[in-house]
Amino acid sequence: MKKTVRQLAFYLGLLALWELIYELKIWPPYLFPSPQSVLESLQMGFSDRTFLIGLGISMRRIALGYGLSVLLGIAIGFLIAASEFLETTLGGLVLSLQSLPSLCWLPLAVLWFGLTEKAILFVVVMGSFLAVTINTQSGVRHVPKIYLLAGRNLGAHGLGMFLHVLLPASLPHLVAGLKQGWAFAWRSLISGEMIFVSLGLGHLLMMGRDLNDMSQVVAVMALIMAIGHLVDRLVFEKLENSIRQKWGLAGAA
Amino acid sequence: MSETLRAPSTATGKLHLRGVSRSFHTARGALAALENIDLEVREGEFLCVVGPSGCGKSTLLNLMAGLDHPTTGEIWMDGRRVEGPGTDRTLIFQELGLFPWLTVQENVEFGLRMQGIGRQERRARAQQYLRLVHLSRFETSYIHQLSGGMKQRVALARSLVTEPDVLLMDEPFAALDAQTRDLLHEELARIWAETGKTIVFVTHNVREAVRLGSRVILLTFRPGRIKSQFTITLPRPRHLEDPELALTAREVLAQLKEEINKAVEEEYSHEENR
Repeated sequence: MKKTVRQLAFYLGLLALWELIYELKIWPPYLFPSPQSVLESLQMGFSDRTFLIGLGISMRRIALGYGLSVLLGIAIGFLIAASEFLETTLGGLVLSLQSLPSLCWLPLAVLWFGLTEKAILFVVVMGSFLAVTINTQSGVRHVPKIYLLAGRNLGAHGLGMFLHVLLPASLPHLVAGLKQGWAFAWRSLISGEMIFVSLGLGHLLMMGRDLNDMSQVVAVMALIMAIGHLVDRLVFEKLENSIRQKWGLAGAA
Repeated sequence: MSETLRAPSTATGKLHLRGVSRSFHTARGALAALENIDLEVREGEFLCVVGPSGCGKSTLLNLMAGLDHPTTGEIWMDGRRVEGPGTDRTLIFQELGLFPWLTVQENVEFGLRMQGIGRQERRARAQQYLRLVHLSRFETSYIHQLSGGMKQRVALARSLVTEPDVLLMDEPFAALDAQTRDLLHEELARIWAETGKTIVFVTHNVREAVRLGSRVILLTFRPGRIKSQFTITLPRPRHLEDPELALTAREVLAQLKEEINKAVEEEYSHEENR
């Protein structure tokens, strides 16, 4: 309760500060919109359904792109962890690729796939699956040997060992990877959507710029932040907490 | 089939070790952990293995469990050569290795699940063994919610549920407080009497060994060899404070002391060489 009050006070204060700066008229309104005009843009976006449509399209893309990332990331992560050869070769490449901002994949995506859905999907996957891979790999590496020994001793081997020991044992790291992968995927999606009339949230952002409508730009930004935050809270925080509680790890809520 | 033919003809025992040695490669060269162990574990006996730390007690259990392989020599179980882990033997590790992502019940079911046994039967059998170790009330708890002694009992139930003939235990009670340990001694003695399992129990605690074992063997300091063995005929139930038990323990301890001294001397000689 106290936490909610504190958060509410903080955001209200932030809004007041924004309003105050706006009222000082340091910048013209088309460069620095008021909270009210942003709110109006939001309302308008939802009432004429452009935001809803954009949101729907973006969510469909992220579901597909992130889904692919997770599958690919976990599979490659386990493969690398399973083979010393792959670890020393592919493992290093993965690390260096991970240092690339996802925007770097844009030119390549456009040349390969043109201004299409595939190009966006490519950017999303390239931007996020490596984070999943790296965390999966480190998850496997941090699995205490005793779990594997205990599993073997109780008759686990092959697929059973993987599904019932290795996978659950690496879950705490894996979930951290999924969470990081989500954040990367979401950002990559928005940048990918800016490249053409893609109708997603990224496109709405660019449309605001093209129309010199700063309120819309800020409104879409707020929407993007809200979705990112919401998914993090409702999906990943819950997932992490349930694992922490089961395992009895420190900081369980 | 040829393996069966080569089985020892005097096979009255459960588990046979013949000329078993195990050495490890280390930075300082080969380190012999066990040397030429000849041992017959009889069916239904409670065999305790004591020795100073570093005598290869745990290595011995790992070899019996099939999680490790002897450098030379052979291990036979029921006339079949031990090549890997088997459901006829289970090892309870010192660190237990209970799975934190599973409930108590699911932990106990694990071995059955790996055998592809259906949910209904898994449940029933797990419940049966949870009752045996008095943990029925905690079936839905997660491991971190249990005390040290309860964890030990989960590990015990998890190992018993697949009904192995031989139970291998690696210093299972070392980390427990005295009262809990005493309680678990009683339970283990009872379970052994009720189920007729063959138990090989490794410990560095001589009184524990004499309290539980029908036979105690003493290993030498590195490399581990069998120094001597004691048949314990004290009547059961036994108690740690029984004077006869203390007397027998003292006898074993006197021999163990020699080995501990050797271990200490070797450690000191390393210090001087530095």
